[in-house]
Amino acid sequence: MTDAVIQMRDMAREYRMGTETVSALRGVSVAIRRNEYVAIMGPSGSGKSTLMNLIGCLDTPTRGEYRLNGQEVSRMSDDALARVRNREIGFVFQTFNLLPRATALQNVELPLVYAGLATRDRQARATEALARVGLQDRMSHRPNEMSGGQRQRVAIARALVNQPSILLADEPTGNLDSVTSEEIMRVFATLHAQGQTVVLVTHEPDIAAHADRVLLLKDGRLASDTHTPRHAAA
Amino acid sequence: MPFLEAVRMALRTIWAQKLKSFFSLVGVLIGVTFLIAVVSIVQGMNVYMTDQFANRLVGLNTFQVRRMPSIQTGDVSIETRREWWRRPYITQTDAAYIAANLHTPAVTARLCRSRAIVHYAGRQASDIEVFSADAPIFTIRNYDIAAGRAFTAQEVRAAAAVVVIGDLLADRLFEGRDPLGKTVTIRSIPYRVVGVVAKQGTLFGISLDKFVVTPFTAAAQRWTCPLGGIAELQVQAAGIAEMGLAMDEVETMMRSRRQLKPTQANNFHLQTADGALEGWKKISTILFAALPGLVAISLVVGGIVIMNIMLMAVAERTHEIGIRKALGAKRRDILAQFIVESATLSTVGAIFGIGLGIGLAFLVKSTTPLPAAVAPWSIVVGVALGVAVGMTAGIYPASRASRLDPIAALRAE
Repeated sequence: MTDAVIQMRDMAREYRMGTETVSALRGVSVAIRRNEYVAIMGPSGSGKSTLMNLIGCLDTPTRGEYRLNGQEVSRMSDDALARVRNREIGFVFQTFNLLPRATALQNVELPLVYAGLATRDRQARATEALARVGLQDRMSHRPNEMSGGQRQRVAIARALVNQPSILLADEPTGNLDSVTSEEIMRVFATLHAQGQTVVLVTHEPDIAAHADRVLLLKDGRLASDTHTPRHAAA
Repeated sequence: MPFLEAVRMALRTIWAQKLKSFFSLVGVLIGVTFLIAVVSIVQGMNVYMTDQFANRLVGLNTFQVRRMPSIQTGDVSIETRREWWRRPYITQTDAAYIAANLHTPAVTARLCRSRAIVHYAGRQASDIEVFSADAPIFTIRNYDIAAGRAFTAQEVRAAAAVVVIGDLLADRLFEGRDPLGKTVTIRSIPYRVVGVVAKQGTLFGISLDKFVVTPFTAAAQRWTCPLGGIAELQVQAAGIAEMGLAMDEVETMMRSRRQLKPTQANNFHLQTADGALEGWKKISTILFAALPGLVAISLVVGGIVIMNIMLMAVAERTHEIGIRKALGAKRRDILAQFIVESATLSTVGAIFGIGLGIGLAFLVKSTTPLPAAVAPWSIVVGVALGVAVGMTAGIYPASRASRLDPIAALRAE
């Protein structure tokens, strides 16, 4: 498939714990196309987090291949991976992971700082990204001056700002109440409708239901791959 | 990441933790404060010693023919002192011979000095320096006449009972009234005041204006001069070039008059400003030699403190490092961030140290007679040391931060 953003073949990850070797992922092959909305589900210990780390280029597989947007990334050096993370991946975390002392604008600017953009361009693009998530009037607020939902929207703006190939969200609603969760899920739906590829890691079926496709992991293997085509609520 | 960005970020971090930052840069602060203060004071002393001390006490292009040095710094052994005491005095005939036979353009003046109480109309001023001198002394010692006149060579020949008095003495005895023409008494002998010397100021806090000058031949000579001799013959050469020539000539004349063999050492002393400064130069050389060591110790301590603080900062901010790495920070981005932070911290310390050092130097200047002059090079060295110490201390913590695994770092709280 030529329009596959993510192409994994027989990807495995083993960890060495003292003398024992633990297999967190035992060979996963999956392809995700551009503008897909995919949820990765599975009970704890199923290899969800390991898979997410590998997709997000935070880690490299022990075995197998991983092509991200046409690039083979499974054998890359630390710095090359950092570059790929910067250009191709937009992370959204359960705990938001914003820098507490920086304002919303400064937080959103951060990926652009590492991309080497000039201050003026950075500010323009960060402002635009914050406007996309509806926070144009919260730009100079610090994380502790914002609600959980607002924080997560800042994190989404930060993930979007460098126009990544995939938006990779790890339990994005895990720390939010149900009303706010719905609000955040609507943001994802809107972004997906605008053409963004979204990969969502969750253990909540309600949240996974927003996706078009659900990958279920069990014991480090892909247990099911279900397409549930539906029209995104705009 | 651009450099200025990194500095701005570092300053934000430092500002966010003011107290901790302050304690961490105390070492560098003290080191640089010390550097600036000591250099300023020593430098100030240097200027003072050459400009004020040496030239006031000895005079420009001037040397003194003496029995023994009057200005010594450091220890003189008892053997040396005994040798000095065995020396013959400089005699009136020595002085006359030198004055008559010196070929190099120069002026000479005999000088004897002692201390006495000066009386006027029921008032008295004690501890007044009494000079018995020839007329050229006013030129040699750079005494400007503020009122009246200096005494003349004729008055010296006539042994006239006249005096020229110092500014402070005029104040003490006459309290604003005109001293000219009045008669003061020194050791029961009356002298008429003919002039007042302009204010000389102080040297190490001691006033230089408590003196009287009488003609060499006047009565005071009987108790100012040593028995059968004179204290010193002052020779002022016409210029710096003539100074050495005049000294050679005088040395030759004195040796031949005293019939010294080539193997014998001089049994007289030619005292110059440079000679008087020798002791001071020794002290300042030692200070400047010891300074780098003292500064180095506090900077090494300061560097270790900063390294520790940075290691703590890396540990505390592991999560932040994880976030940055997830967002695409490369190893060198993290490395640069922490090295710049460490260097900025240390430079801030150095800058405060410079301020404090200058403040300290001026405090010394205003509360003690010691002078102070801030040396621009010491400020440059201070800042450079601050940057260097910070960068060096930051390398290890920064490299640890840059090698953190992003997943583990993100998991840290």
